[in-house]
Amino acid sequence: METTATPKYTFKDFASDQEVRWCPGCDDYVILRSMQKALPEMGLKKEDVVFISGIGCSSRFPYYMNTYGMHSIHGRAPAIASGVKLANPNLSVWIITGDGDSMAIGGNHFIHLLRRNLDLNIILFNNEIYGLTKGQFSPTSLVGQKTKSSPYGNTQPPFLPGELAIGAQARFFARIGGNTPKEMTDLFIKAEKFKGTSLIEVLQNCPIFNDGCFSKYTDKAVREDKQLFVEHGKPMIFGKERNKGLVLNGLKLEVVTIGENGVTEADLLVHDAQDKDPTLHQMLVRSEYPLVTGIIRAFPDVTFEERVNKLTAAVKAGSSFAKTDDLFFSGETYEVK
Amino acid sequence: MIASKTKQKQEVLEAVVVRFVGDSGDGMQLTGTQFSDTSAMFGNDIATFPNYPAEIRAPQGSLYGVSGFQVHIGSVEISAPGENVDLLVAMNPAGLKTNLHAVKPGHTVIVDTDAFSKKNLEKAQYESNPLEDGSLDNYHVIEVAMTSLTKEALKEVEGLDNKSITRSKNMFALGMVYWMYNRSTEHTIEFFNKKFKSKPELIEANTKVLNAGFYFSETLELIPNSYTVAPAKMAAGTYRIVMGNTATAWGFLAAAEKSGLELFLGSYPITPASDILHELVKHKHFGVKALQAEDEIAGITSAIGAAFAGDLAITTTSGPGLALKGEALGLAMILELPLVVVDVQRGGPSTGLPTKTEQSDLLQALYGRNGESPVIIIAASTPANCFNYAYEASKLAIEHMTPVILLTDGYIANGSAPWKIKSVSEMPEIKTRLIKEAKETWNPYDRDEKTLARDWAIPGTFGLEHRVGGLEKDKVTGQVSYVPENHEYMTRIRAEKVKRVENYIPLLKTEFTDEGDLLVIGWGGTFGTLYSSLKELRQEGYSSVGLAHFNYINPLPKNTEEVLKRFKKIVVCELNTGQFASVLRMNFHGIEFLQYNKIQGLPFGNSELIEEFKKIMK
Repeated sequence: METTATPKYTFKDFASDQEVRWCPGCDDYVILRSMQKALPEMGLKKEDVVFISGIGCSSRFPYYMNTYGMHSIHGRAPAIASGVKLANPNLSVWIITGDGDSMAIGGNHFIHLLRRNLDLNIILFNNEIYGLTKGQFSPTSLVGQKTKSSPYGNTQPPFLPGELAIGAQARFFARIGGNTPKEMTDLFIKAEKFKGTSLIEVLQNCPIFNDGCFSKYTDKAVREDKQLFVEHGKPMIFGKERNKGLVLNGLKLEVVTIGENGVTEADLLVHDAQDKDPTLHQMLVRSEYPLVTGIIRAFPDVTFEERVNKLTAAVKAGSSFAKTDDLFFSGETYEVK
Repeated sequence: MIASKTKQKQEVLEAVVVRFVGDSGDGMQLTGTQFSDTSAMFGNDIATFPNYPAEIRAPQGSLYGVSGFQVHIGSVEISAPGENVDLLVAMNPAGLKTNLHAVKPGHTVIVDTDAFSKKNLEKAQYESNPLEDGSLDNYHVIEVAMTSLTKEALKEVEGLDNKSITRSKNMFALGMVYWMYNRSTEHTIEFFNKKFKSKPELIEANTKVLNAGFYFSETLELIPNSYTVAPAKMAAGTYRIVMGNTATAWGFLAAAEKSGLELFLGSYPITPASDILHELVKHKHFGVKALQAEDEIAGITSAIGAAFAGDLAITTTSGPGLALKGEALGLAMILELPLVVVDVQRGGPSTGLPTKTEQSDLLQALYGRNGESPVIIIAASTPANCFNYAYEASKLAIEHMTPVILLTDGYIANGSAPWKIKSVSEMPEIKTRLIKEAKETWNPYDRDEKTLARDWAIPGTFGLEHRVGGLEKDKVTGQVSYVPENHEYMTRIRAEKVKRVENYIPLLKTEFTDEGDLLVIGWGGTFGTLYSSLKELRQEGYSSVGLAHFNYINPLPKNTEEVLKRFKKIVVCELNTGQFASVLRMNFHGIEFLQYNKIQGLPFGNSELIEEFKKIMK
């Protein structure tokens, strides 16, 4: 690839000339702005960045980014993005998807992408509702939730995106509230640096069809008390007073208070995002109090491209075929005179 | 190796049809392939027709578990696997029962008598043993205890289990047939040496059994004479035997090399298309990127992603898979990206007849998408020209920036024939529309004046960042547009773009005569049978019958109407209920199209066609 220096960009360089058309007050604006701020920090050339989306409110995202992009069809962005990345591994490829797009119609592509571990990034806008089709329940909607398609309450138990993803062998999973742009920007940068498929679930408020769906965790007033923002190598502390923490009691996580019952900071779990064993990561994903945000899992593993490249190099080294003619005229041929 | 023989009387034949039948585990496909390859190397023209059940190992001895492989070899031009079997090799009663109808009285049947046990006869629903009840009196039956003779031949070979011993009886049959048609065993022995490289006992065993069969025939007075089919007159050059699916795969390899693009295949296993995937995954040395995807949809969508990023992108499937790919194909069409979709047609609807042939996806290919969604459709017509049409599909997709559907079918995909090898240097140029640098006034949907194709600005190209998508787009910028007039304009221009491809494809040719009483129309994989039927008909004195065989379905060749009007009657022959006939009726008003259709999962036979054509001309 070209060796010219990467220009110094600002967030404006990544904004396209299209008017952004999400509803006023939607967290999607926060995600868009966080991405436009994160990109200049990534050291990438603008022409090497590609956003691929499916269908849904979130999937309008590529139109607003001044990079290469494709707004594709419902659920298929992971497969399209895989093709882009395999065609040109030099590109930084981002999948933009929602809870309906990735967990319902595109569920199959989503899990297989994670299994393969291509080096690309997924931002999952989870608002626990279908917004663009105007308010049906989604695979992450809660049981009992009243929506246009469940007027008496939803009867389908939800997926937890992190649980499903780690079950499908996700190497990188992070979760972040839709109203914390600074942390979000930082997560985007870290996700891009991570080699392998990075999945970031954004808890995104839909002010029209599911307003307040995450407010018990994400409202400014309660955020610090209800969320544990984990960082690799650091003890699991949360709370306004920074005096709550997590310990392991048997096979369960338990919230403890530092200074009570002889508990000290040294007793708390220290977050190991890089552990190959996802058991504790799954417990963190499932925890309802505190809700765990930040990078829950970042296990470095061989990527799909690395496996393919290695194999291709080995086959090439052992082959006498350089041109197709070598193949066509090889083996059992015969002459007609 | 046995290269020649001495004493028996030899009879020279123009062409013969040999069919090997047995249980699906009896190795009939391998036996048939060996016989056809050996004959091709000898210089015969050949055509083959494998016919096997969908079950991998159907219950032994059952009627539905019969697997067959037919080979037509000739010193004359051979364009189809033939209809009347001259020699039937039946490894069991079920094979005999299901195939005897193809053998005309007076011709030869070889049977393995060891397989005609009470149990096997019952499984084949024979009430009495056909070898004893006189029902085969009109045939020349050669009874051979092949299983016992195979065991006998192998009694001194060490390290073989019972299963390996009985499984090699197909080589006994092959040895016999080699002797009968004066073929050398050399090619097959070479094949054993390669295939069983790490298992010398299997090389020894198979060679022994093959030779045993050969010598058995030579010394046996049961076989009155042996036949010679002289080499055919074929254009000079280097040849090899190819299966249609292999030829398809190689056509793509050639197109990638010629265009300077890397080849990307996104595919999901499906009968009878999987062999294209199997072939392409082998060729990592050419940088082929093959993704076995999680489903049919991921097969095509990964290819769309690869096309967006600048690869020659293809996806391979059969009818059910094409149905699943429909929405994504519409996306590729509106994005105006190059993409080739191969549909190796099989019997439908639904799961249908996975291992049998049919031409019933034509209308699906034309119309099986939401909205106005025209794509180029071409069809290969012989195993060997699958190479040319895979190449042509790639060329059209790349140069016209649009998806192309390439239709083949189970019959030509699994059939094999001699292929005069094409060097990539002989193939026509493929010019991509890639742009490497930003032009000042460039827009994503600017079009070439002649072809209407847009440019291919791939990610990684400085200054050309742009967004595409499945929403209707502005005719210049490609941005989302809901403007009513713009939608009509774009709908019409996408159709016009495909229509204009007619300026870049060959005119329709007719075989045998340019005008006359009857024009026989076919498309795709029926060419060989239609062509040989008309040849036979001419030999009977019918000189006023022509054949127009279509390889280009959408758009149709520009001179189609003119060709149609030069004949008094027209009959459209298809392995469906008349899909192409309805396309022609829609395009050419005031012309009467008669139909001849067959929907049995089988190719046409010459005699049914000839009979029909004679009836029409009465």
